[in-house]
Order: sequence, then C-alpha cells, then structure tokens
Amino acid sequence: MKKYKFHLLALFATFMLLTSCGNNNGSKQSNGALNASAAEKVYVAPGEQDEYYAFLSGGYSGNLTVYGLPSGRMFKEIPVFSQFPTSGYGYSEETKPMLETSHGFIPWDDLHHPDISQTNGELDGRWIFVNGNNTPRIARVSLTTFETEEIIEIPNSAGNHSSSFITENTEYVVAGTRFSVPVPQRDMPISEYKSNFKGALSFINVDPEHGHMDIKFQLLMPGFNYDLSHPGRGKSHGWFFFTTYNTEEASTLLEVNASQNDKDFIAAVNWKKIEEYVNNGGGTKMPAKYAHNIYDESTHTGTTTMKNEVLTVNPIDVPGAVYFLPTPKSPHGCDVDPTGQYIIGNGKLSADLTVHSFDKMLEAIEGEKFDGEAYGIPILKFEDVLAGTVKSGGLGPLHTEFDDKGNAYTTFFISSEVVKWKLGTWEVIDRKPTYYSVGHLMIPGGNSRKPFGKYVVAMNKITKDRYLPTGPEMEHSAQIYDISGEKMELIYDFPTHGEPHYAAGCPASLLAPKSKKLYRLDENKHPYAVTSPDKARVERKGKEVHIYMSTIRSHFTPDNIEGIKVGDKVYFHITNHEQDFDVPHGFSILGQNTSELLIMPGQTKTSVWEPKQVGVWPFYCTDFCSALHQEMQGYVRVSPADSNIELSWSLGD
Amino acid sequence: MKKASIIMILGSLLLLGLFKFPLWNIMLGAPQYPEPLGINIYINGIQGMNEFDIQNIDGLNHYIGMKTLPKPEDMWEFTVFPIVIGSMAVLGILIGILSYFKKVNYKWFLGWLVLMTILGILGMYDFNAWMIDYGTNLDPNAIMKLQNPDGTPMSYKPPLFGHKKMLNFDAFSYPAMGGYLMSAGMLFTLVAFFLGKRVKTITQ
Repeated sequence: MKKYKFHLLALFATFMLLTSCGNNNGSKQSNGALNASAAEKVYVAPGEQDEYYAFLSGGYSGNLTVYGLPSGRMFKEIPVFSQFPTSGYGYSEETKPMLETSHGFIPWDDLHHPDISQTNGELDGRWIFVNGNNTPRIARVSLTTFETEEIIEIPNSAGNHSSSFITENTEYVVAGTRFSVPVPQRDMPISEYKSNFKGALSFINVDPEHGHMDIKFQLLMPGFNYDLSHPGRGKSHGWFFFTTYNTEEASTLLEVNASQNDKDFIAAVNWKKIEEYVNNGGGTKMPAKYAHNIYDESTHTGTTTMKNEVLTVNPIDVPGAVYFLPTPKSPHGCDVDPTGQYIIGNGKLSADLTVHSFDKMLEAIEGEKFDGEAYGIPILKFEDVLAGTVKSGGLGPLHTEFDDKGNAYTTFFISSEVVKWKLGTWEVIDRKPTYYSVGHLMIPGGNSRKPFGKYVVAMNKITKDRYLPTGPEMEHSAQIYDISGEKMELIYDFPTHGEPHYAAGCPASLLAPKSKKLYRLDENKHPYAVTSPDKARVERKGKEVHIYMSTIRSHFTPDNIEGIKVGDKVYFHITNHEQDFDVPHGFSILGQNTSELLIMPGQTKTSVWEPKQVGVWPFYCTDFCSALHQEMQGYVRVSPADSNIELSWSLGD
Repeated sequence: MKKASIIMILGSLLLLGLFKFPLWNIMLGAPQYPEPLGINIYINGIQGMNEFDIQNIDGLNHYIGMKTLPKPEDMWEFTVFPIVIGSMAVLGILIGILSYFKKVNYKWFLGWLVLMTILGILGMYDFNAWMIDYGTNLDPNAIMKLQNPDGTPMSYKPPLFGHKKMLNFDAFSYPAMGGYLMSAGMLFTLVAFFLGKRVKTITQ
C-alpha cells in the first residue's frame, strides 16, 4: 500500500515537472485538463447546430460574414459593397445597380459596423445594417434571405465611420462622418480647414414595414472627426452619443496635431428634439447628389434612384439639442450600457476609461453648468458629468460591450487584452490576453438592452504566429471567451475573413426558423423570367439578343442556339425552375467578360455576353447540381456579323 | 339494440374522415433529404406533405424513367373511391337507423362489414397494382437503367406496407389518419354486430 502511494507521488511530481516545462515555453500554454473542457465548450458535434449567429464585418473585403458560436464555423459571406463573383453579385444585370453611387459604379468598399434591428431595445432579427466607410453608404441586409436589399449613399459625409448604429426601435440608423469636409463640397485650400469644414451626422429613418431608408436630416457639426457612436437606450432613448477626436481641427500630420488636446468630446445629440424641429418645418434643404439602391425580392432586381436634395440642420438653430462632454485623450469607442445610464468613452491614448452618467448630464444641462462652448455648442464640465473612471492598468482602450449581469468588457489594443470590469464600482474583475492587438469585441446582444452574456468574441488586428503561416498576408484572428463565470476563459481561436470591425450576434432561434429556403417561382415577377419551359425563347431586337432560358436538373431550355452574330449583345436571362431547398444552378459561357451566375431556386439572373469570335461556344452549369450535372451544358453558334443565319433554338431535337 | 345501432351509425360516420384526412402516407428519406419528401394519398387524389414535394419527387423520378405522379383526372379511382366511400357511409348509417327503429336486425351490420372488407381488399389490390405499374413500367430511354444482381430491371415499387430501401432512399408506407379512422369505423361495426347479437340472445 505504501509503495502504491509512493508511485502516485512520483507520478504527481512528474506531472508537475511536465506542466512547468510547458509554462516555460511562453505563451503557448498547454494544460491538458483545461483544454479538454474548453474543447467540450466549443465542440458542436457533426449534425448539431450552433447556439448563436455572429455577423462579422469583413472590413476591406466589403462584405459581411456569417459565423456560428461557439464553433467559429463560417456559414456564408454576404456580398454587400463588393462585387462577388461567387454569386454574380455586382456582375449580374440585376445587381449592378446596387453598387451605383453619385461617383458612378464602385466595385468595393470598406464595411465596418454591423447592427441588428431592434424593437424596444431588444434584437428583433429583421435586418442587419452595415456601413461602407470609404464612399459613405449604409446597407440593409435581410435576415430572412441573408442578402443585401438596400444601399443608400450619404452625401456631405466622408469616412462613414461612426455608423451604422440604430436607435432602440430602429427609428433611425445613424451615420456619422469621420473626416470633416467642405459642405457642400467645393474647390478650396486644405489649409483653410479650420472652422470651414463640417462634420455631418446623418439620421436615416427606417420604414418599420419594409425597412426602406431615407435621410431624415443631417446635423452639420463643427469640423471634428466623429469616430464612433451609440444610441441611448432605456432612460437615454432619444439621445445619441458620438466620440470625437481632432477637436484641434488639424488637416495634416494628425497623429501629432490631433493629439494635442488633453480632452476631446463626446457629442450628445438629442435627436428627438431635432426630429421635432424638422417635423415642424425646421432645417435647410441643400442640393446634394446621392444614390439610393433598392433590391426588389419579387423582381430579383435592384434599381438606382438618384436623389438631389438633403435636409440639413445647424445645431445652434435647435437650442438644447447638442452638448459636448469632455472626454480624455482622443476617445474611440462610444458605448452605452444596457440600462442607458452610462456612456463609456474609450480614450485610446489613455490607460483609463471615462464613464459619463446620463443622469448627471441631464442635471448639468438643467443647471446650465457650462464650461464654455465650441462653435455655439455648450461644453459641460467634465467633473459634472463624470460617473467614474476605470483604472484598468491596460493601454489603449478601444471598445466596450456588456453582459446581462452588470459587467462591461473592454478591449485594449496596445496591451492586447480584454478587461472585465463592474459597472458602478468601476473595479477590474478579470483580464485575459488576446492574440494580438484586439480591435472590436462582441457579445450577442451586447449592444442592446438585453445582452446574452455567454460568450465574447475578440477580433484582432494582428495574427502573426496563431495559425500555419501563409506568406506575408494572413487572415485575422479572433478568440472566443466563455464569460458565463466570474473569470473569462479562452475557449477557441479562429481565423476571420477580411478585417472584422465589430460584429453583431443573436440567438440562433431568432433567425434560423425564418430563414428562407427558396424563392417561389409563382411569385417571380422578373420581366425576363420564364415560368414554364415551353415559354423559353430567343428574341432579337436589333443588335440585342434576349435569351429567355430555364434550368432544371439537369438541362438548360433551350440548350442549342444559332443565329447569334459577332457584335451582338447577348442577354442570358436564366430562371431556375427548381422548387427544392438548396438546389442552385450556375451559368457561365466561354469568353464571357464577367463572372458566373449562381441562381437560387425560383430566381432569375441575367448575364451579358458580347461574343467577339465566330465559333460554337459552350455554356454549362457551374454548380454540381445533380448526378447529371456534367451533362448540363449547351452550345451557342456565333456567325459572322454579316451572316444571314436565322435565329433558332432547341432542346432535345 | 339501440346501443348497437348507435355504434353502427358512429362507425359508418368515421368513414367520412377519408374526405378530410389521407388514407395512406408514403415518406421518402435520403441522406440529401434530411427532411424527407412525402406524399399523402387521399381517396380523391395525391398531395405532397410539403408544397413542392410532388414536383420534387417527379423531378427525381425522371432519372429512372418513372411516370409523373397521377393527378385526379389521370386515374378513375380518384372519382370512384369517393362515391364508394360515400355510399358505404350512407348505407351504414341507414342500416343503423333502421335497426334503431327495429326494421332490420344485427345481421345487416355483419353484411355491411363483409361488403366493406371486400371493397377494402379490392381497393388495396388496385393500389398495389398501381404501385407495381408505377414502379416497374419505366421509360426505356430512362437516364439511369439499374438492374438487380440477377440482371432483371430494378423495380422502384414502394412497399404496400412498411419500409423498403430503394437506392439512396428509404421508403416508408403506412396508413394515415383517414385510414385509421376507417379501420376504427369498421371495428365499431363489428362491435355493433356482437353487441346486437348478445342483446338478441339475452332477450331470447
């Protein structure tokens, strides 16, 4: 018996030695027992589904990616601001209008901050809004089809960064400008920036039924940089908060010149007051050219409308609508806790977090305790609005999210960590490293009145050695932490696509049951749709040839076409006649100067082909649709321009 | 005897369930159909379990050269069956009422049940014959012509009752609500017969 005990001790000692060796190896800790429990937490068995959806912005990919939590598996890339050859988005005739702007067709943007629509401050899962940062736009993506349904351009704005955040009943989606610019745009010396440039904060109202967007008004603020924003909620519903930097109004070498003021501002905007002012005829209409693109699900087609006018509001014309809250050191994230009481300024050049109190702000406004003004906008006294300071011990706070137990989680870019702290007491509860240099973080619903505090996802800017190397360019890395306990626990690490700036998440049960399986053929109102194969045909209008084609496993109707000539502009209008879940058909033809089409059941898409060479050119289905997919092909005969071969088409003759 | 007559009437009424509920159900599941395709067979036609199931079953069947699933006008059965079921229900109710007023005796109950059983067997025979035709009378130009190991052409006849594996599909064929109601109705008439017989014996 004694001997047995000795053996156990020896084993234990060996184990200790082994684990301490592991720790000496640096950051790659490998504690077997811990890893096993973490694995169980993220393991979603084959055939099982995830608990949460996570929508990660794609940053410079221009698109939105859909992931599952806790598995970190990617389900879909939703094309929004970038052409997407996988589906033909931005290449098909139907979707080209979605990328139209006042500057013409733009194939790309930098997609930043997803926000899911809300009712009474809780996620309702109807739509997700995202912003295009470079050529300012806001897009609305349907959460039943998971497709982009609408894109509106924002005039007078530049670097559309303090966007696209929504008010708690999705009354407005808000888009603030990061770069102030001349409003209206004009030819003027850059050096005359100060007091001449303006920062437009746009309030875009959202039709509660269709989600259609329309710019209600633009607040023309002083020429600072409006970095991020968040809506008030609960008691502070009706207000919107924007962080600013470059209150110095520098136009060059901003990294030095915009970092001089000890404090910048959080701008508190009482949008309800401005809404009332505007509803009573206030504001100034200003000529402005901007595109409004709407995709109609029944015609499967997007259309562009150019708008010519926007309503602008000068903040000093609406007394009591805008105040500045001094906030230390160029704050980045501007986050509001689930109760709406605390407004957190993440001063990115500071170690501490500044928390303002909504109640104290109202008191200070009531008591008119101002500390001067900036361009006529009252500045409140820092001490009067301050609720507390989080002495974090970290460096470079960027963004804060919240759980449902009164805790906040802040990312620290410079010190590469997530810090958990308590609202009200401001004490730091826990801190965990991230890999590396974390930007945004996301808790499902963490940006609403009802967070689901089970996981936090940290999205990093630097990957380095986290995965197998793939040359100089790598995907970014993200980490998932279990936050159900007092201490955070790192449970998973996965690569993300593009550069996620923020994300939005929600319980799977909110979206999965209503996710569309197919488009109904009997509801297809596309002007070039064929609803039955006997209506498939080819029509010539001068040099334009329209091919009304249908597809079903496993053939095209028609699949032999003759009478096309060099110099023709051939439109393939293809309708997928399948009415079965997950049976798309693809289309491509040799020499096509565009992408393929991927056509969902019941959908019609159009590809243009301008044949330049005489010959017989094959086309085929690009999606392995069935056992006879390889047989799903056809030919188009292209004759010389002066040929007199009649147009003809057939199938199976 | 009154109790037996009422049970006879109730049993006959249960037949009318066939006008609302399907007689039979066939489900087809496969790896790529985790949500199985299914058809409900009513006395007046065939319907998909989900809206597009018939279209999708026909789409799959075209590979093996099967005829498309029949529409009501394609088969005389879908016209005759409702008349037969309706007539049998009316007849059963009539017998029940007459026996209630002591115009006929309990033996008529058995007579009705024997007739119904014969018609039922004929119906099943016809149903099976249709499935044999449907599963074996295939287009000679079918895309996929599969053979059994002995060289005979493979049959795609769904089972009359129970489970059968057909290529990648698992076919399940069982009575549905209308069929169960009909069986219950027939059981009721048998109960009515024995009840009537016992009452008769006691009164004698």
